[in-house]
Amino acid sequence: MQQFLTTALTGLTLGMVYAAFALALVLIWRSTRIVNFAQAPMAMITTYVALVVIDAGYSYWIGFAVALVAGLVLGAVVERVVVRPVEGKSEINAVILTLGLFIVIHALAAVIFGSRYRSFPAPFGLRGFQVGDLNLAITGFGIFTIVAVLVVMALLVALFRLTDLGLMMRASAFNAEVARLLGVKVGRMLTLGWALAALVGSLAGLLIAGGSLVHPSYMDSVVVYGFVAAVLGGLDSPAGAVVGGLLLGVSLSFVSGYVGSELVALAALVILMLVLLLRPGGLFSHAAERRV
Amino acid sequence: MPALPARLSRVSESTLLRHLVLALAGMVVIVLVLESTSAFRNGQLTAMAYLGIAAGGLTVLTGLNGQLSLGHGAFMAIGAYTTALFLQDTEPALPVVGVLVVATLVTLLVGAVVGVAAARLHGPYLAGATLALAVAVPGIAVYFTDTLGGEQGLNVLLPEIPDWFADAVFFLTANDMTTTRYVAYIGWIALVLTFVLLANLSRSRVGRTWRAVRDDEVAAEIAGINLARARVLAFVVSTACAGLAGGVMALAVRITAPSGFMLTLSLTLLTAVVLGGLGSLLGALIGAALLTFLPQVATGFGADLGLSDVQSAELAPLAYGLVMMLVILLAPAGIVGSVRGWWARRGTSA
Repeated sequence: MQQFLTTALTGLTLGMVYAAFALALVLIWRSTRIVNFAQAPMAMITTYVALVVIDAGYSYWIGFAVALVAGLVLGAVVERVVVRPVEGKSEINAVILTLGLFIVIHALAAVIFGSRYRSFPAPFGLRGFQVGDLNLAITGFGIFTIVAVLVVMALLVALFRLTDLGLMMRASAFNAEVARLLGVKVGRMLTLGWALAALVGSLAGLLIAGGSLVHPSYMDSVVVYGFVAAVLGGLDSPAGAVVGGLLLGVSLSFVSGYVGSELVALAALVILMLVLLLRPGGLFSHAAERRV
Repeated sequence: MPALPARLSRVSESTLLRHLVLALAGMVVIVLVLESTSAFRNGQLTAMAYLGIAAGGLTVLTGLNGQLSLGHGAFMAIGAYTTALFLQDTEPALPVVGVLVVATLVTLLVGAVVGVAAARLHGPYLAGATLALAVAVPGIAVYFTDTLGGEQGLNVLLPEIPDWFADAVFFLTANDMTTTRYVAYIGWIALVLTFVLLANLSRSRVGRTWRAVRDDEVAAEIAGINLARARVLAFVVSTACAGLAGGVMALAVRITAPSGFMLTLSLTLLTAVVLGGLGSLLGALIGAALLTFLPQVATGFGADLGLSDVQSAELAPLAYGLVMMLVILLAPAGIVGSVRGWWARRGTSA
């Protein structure tokens, strides 16, 4: 019982982070039809930025905020400078380009920050709560993780549903040509979309790093899990990405707890292949088809 | 008896003959280079050979068939582990060539299974799925620690150099055979054989089918091409190359451990293919050469700048990552493709 509860709660926390990362991938996919594999090293390098700020003596929260802003700027720069020329062209070139970026940011981080493992602080306790004689595996930082992701999601929903800016972004993603004819500055909307996605990615990076170790490849497997989560949800739907992330987090946590942590990536691969072969449109494709 | 020019033109007209002549010339160059360089360079050249074999397979898949695989490092791992499992004793069950053939076949079988699934995916989905494969496979070796050696990996015991081979090389070059050079020969012979096969395949009906599928799925299907079959075949051929490359790598590195087959390896292979030019075997070879020799130059450069060893070691990936992005942005045809294009334009304007 104890192990079951621990595994489920760990999975829920991890699932929230995967959901955030998947959401970042989905935001970019919806607007530019590119899967940004460089999201992982982008989140990694902004986490390093936070670490530098914190090591310089500032509080965790300043580092946290600086990392999020760094993510926002990095996303915008990447879209403007690197991705713009291949938008709407061959999908293979776009994928290769994001992988080139992957390698470059990776190497840059190792040159600037070194490749050794460094510990990253957490603002809340890392010990589980005690309820009776049952030790709940949910930690203070775990609760913070869940709340932070929920808040960001709520803000995104508010942005897309309630503001003119969100409406323009949705229009650009839905049909760039028509949006342009109606006076929407589609280029700017795409840049903003990438910036927001990179911010959400940075958040995921910070949450995974909290109370744990960072090194240049600590996010590499997360991009795979984020992608699997996004595909579970259909790659096109933000809500699907969140549900996919939670499902994946809990399933992988059970694989890790009951089978072996080495096979987590393999389990993710199996899940991905099953989804792609049985329901290529994602778990919720049926509902999506009906809505259209 | 026809005159010499006529006979030469007949050779250049027949694809197989032309490739065989090229391969023979290549072998001569390889013998000269391997015999005249140090053991250290021999080792580097072996690395170039196995990277070249894997990149050759990948360039056929990506360049000719339009499928992107980020999982070729995983297929190399399968070939390498198969080789290592066969070479645990001083008296192996098979000669080295047999082991490499088995490693290729085992990888081919796995590649067929993955290929059937991959044939239904395209673009980013295929990239993501093969990325997951690249991340997942090293974990398997850690999970089955008893048979696959865990994090420590498996040692590879190289069998004795066959006498006839040492004698033959001694007869040709008057040099004694060393183990490093022996492995370098194995690697380069494997490379030449692979490239002849791939070059012929790409010029044949099969290669034309692959290109047709890449360029226009609908038109290819209307022309009677079975899309799935063409895709799976391309994937299988490509993974077989990766398996062979992994086998040679196991022989060269003498140890097969999960850390050698991380995501970096798969991305490195992709870099080689993109740098050289998608679809060109010569480009794959140039890319493999860059990947083998650039790190040394970059590390030396980093040491001059006053960086630590660990930092300078990262300059090479930084350089080829940047070059890969620039290639995609400025010259999507890669090195070989751009030179060819320039050559063709020069020809028409003159």
